[in-house]
Amino acid sequence: MATSVASRRLSASERLRRSLNNGRVTAALILLPPALILFTLFVMLPLGESVYYAFFNWNGYGTPTDYVGMENFQRIAGHSVFQKAVTNTLKIVAISLFLQMPLALLLALLIYRKTPTNALFRLIFFVPYILAEVAAGLIWSFVFDGNYGVTASIAQSMGVESFFILADRDWAFVAVMTVIVWKYFGFHMMIYIAALQSVPEDLIEAARIEGAKRHQIVRYVQIPQIKHALVVSAFFAIIGALQVFDIIIPLTNGGPSNQTHTIVTYLYTFGLTRLNIGFGSAVGVILFIAAITVAVFYQRFFMNRSET
Amino acid sequence: MRHSVATAALLIGVAGANAAMAQTEINVLRVAVNDEQEAYYEEIAQAYEEQNDGVTVTFEYIANEAYKSKLPTLLQSDARPDIFYSWGGQTLVEQANAGFLQGISDMLPEEMTGTIPEAGLNAYTVDGNLYGLPLYATEVVFWTNTALTEEAGVDIDQIETWEDFLGAVQTLKDASVTPIIAGGQDKWPLHFYWSYLALREGGPDVVSDAMAGENGGFESEAFVEAGKEFQKLTDMEPFQSGFMGTTYETASGMFADGEGAFHLMGDWDYLPMRERSTSGEGLPDEQLAIFSFPVLADPVSEGGEGATLGGINGWAVSQSAEPEAVDFLAFMLSEENQRKAAEQELFIPIVEGTGDALSNPFYQQVSEDITNSSYHQIFLDQFLGASVGATVNDISADLAQDAITPEEAAAQVQEAWDFR
Repeated sequence: MATSVASRRLSASERLRRSLNNGRVTAALILLPPALILFTLFVMLPLGESVYYAFFNWNGYGTPTDYVGMENFQRIAGHSVFQKAVTNTLKIVAISLFLQMPLALLLALLIYRKTPTNALFRLIFFVPYILAEVAAGLIWSFVFDGNYGVTASIAQSMGVESFFILADRDWAFVAVMTVIVWKYFGFHMMIYIAALQSVPEDLIEAARIEGAKRHQIVRYVQIPQIKHALVVSAFFAIIGALQVFDIIIPLTNGGPSNQTHTIVTYLYTFGLTRLNIGFGSAVGVILFIAAITVAVFYQRFFMNRSET
Repeated sequence: MRHSVATAALLIGVAGANAAMAQTEINVLRVAVNDEQEAYYEEIAQAYEEQNDGVTVTFEYIANEAYKSKLPTLLQSDARPDIFYSWGGQTLVEQANAGFLQGISDMLPEEMTGTIPEAGLNAYTVDGNLYGLPLYATEVVFWTNTALTEEAGVDIDQIETWEDFLGAVQTLKDASVTPIIAGGQDKWPLHFYWSYLALREGGPDVVSDAMAGENGGFESEAFVEAGKEFQKLTDMEPFQSGFMGTTYETASGMFADGEGAFHLMGDWDYLPMRERSTSGEGLPDEQLAIFSFPVLADPVSEGGEGATLGGINGWAVSQSAEPEAVDFLAFMLSEENQRKAAEQELFIPIVEGTGDALSNPFYQQVSEDITNSSYHQIFLDQFLGASVGATVNDISADLAQDAITPEEAAAQVQEAWDFR
């Protein structure tokens, strides 16, 4: 602050000379271009291109010529599979916020103290997160397989007819959400553990001396103290839900008959594999706007408030 | 520093010299195949190189799905292949219209086109220009486990009409035998039913008429009736439980394990289904039979009873290919090489007069079926292009689960066709 006030009184050339001397501008001149070029080339340019393609009916061959205006967007809005994909994505957001995060918090509260047993449990709970998404999807597709998988063995040992949850239009997405919770709760748990460990012991001690019960300590001391971690993890959960893709492809590939798509698998299936590049670009634009909106609003309404 | 610059210059020089005496390179891109087929192509490439000095032929393989999504980008780059694998149909039309293909009619040896059946050439012709050549034909048939049908008292020789078939399914169900195995998760195995029924209902021109927008396009009576007939079957719950979670590969293994009586699948499944069975052996030949898709007693229009559904797969020639590439293509499809493929039972060759080299009874029968076919319809999911084709697969799966009505199914295909 002080420097900017001081520099206001100096002439422009003097200001430039000074800033060159203190190395800031030089550093910016040297360090900025590579990042800026990469960002422009691989983020901004494709983004602009996909906005452009979104207004064409284009199969990816040659250059787009068939301008269709808003028709791609109209088709997306009217497509029952897209509506299903949006509902599914919202379901993932809901399950992440109201099941995964409480579960992660509960486990974090149980094992946040540094003991060897806790370290072991932390590792166990964190393993699913380390696994590659595709591998996790494949593993669970074997688990759910009613012919040869774990489900088949369980059904057989219980003497009941095997069930095929991934083939069931109503239940397949429940299976997908189970896998998602299993895969990511460890990540949120780790965030909470880190936060809980930084809650001052004496605060908890003081509360206890005042006669607070365990659940009261959690409710009135620990959770308020780790609020920033909760806010950040909820942000990851929402943005993550918008991006779910690589678990679903090996698990159900969007099926049975397009009941388990998310917005991204919808984009991939209906835009890329069917070579409707214009249509797919339009889905991409919608997804981008959704993500940006969520990010901006969340930052404004939750993140700032939690800091003050 | 100077040293490394000199080395670099030297390297560039060497590379340049190499380029100067460069040979003609022919790059062929194919969907991945098994080892026997790779060896077959390798042999052809070597034989050609020996006969033609200064020409090298390179085969490259990409897995099926990746191939389809990569090809559009590849064709627009400098790394485009000279010859690439194709399923014909609308995808080829789109590639030709975008200017990625090369007309080859004038470049082929004169007697060449005479050896290939017209249906095969038509599959690679767009607006009167020939852009490639077919390699082999396939047919979708009902593979049958005769041990199971006999056990249930079903005589497949008596199955003529769709009603007969539905009756057989009922008999099998009554005998507690799973009537049909289907790989529903991949959807395309189910689209065979809808396509075949549409072909039987509407006759050989049903698809081309719909594409031209006649009789209400894909919403014409034939397609709606096809959906209704298909649902007559699916209402009986003829498939193994959980069929919507079964992939084609699993289904083919299950059939070879004897889990169901019928499997509607292409002739190509003969060897793979054995490899996918639990034992690795599958069903013995004497326990296997094939029969053509049943006919309809009362179709919407006549003429569909003799039609077959399958593929006419082959090669397309890209726009920048050298004349040598076309020469190699003709060599690859020579009678001798086609006969070799038949002898090794790699596929059912398309060049006329080479089918007799097949010794496998199933391949012989399919080869005969295709020769006698009144019209060989290419798989709708290939024929109608990537987008409409995938919609046909979608609606077939939805119909099988009773998630949509036959009318909705037809309307969805028409909608996809309008917006392709």
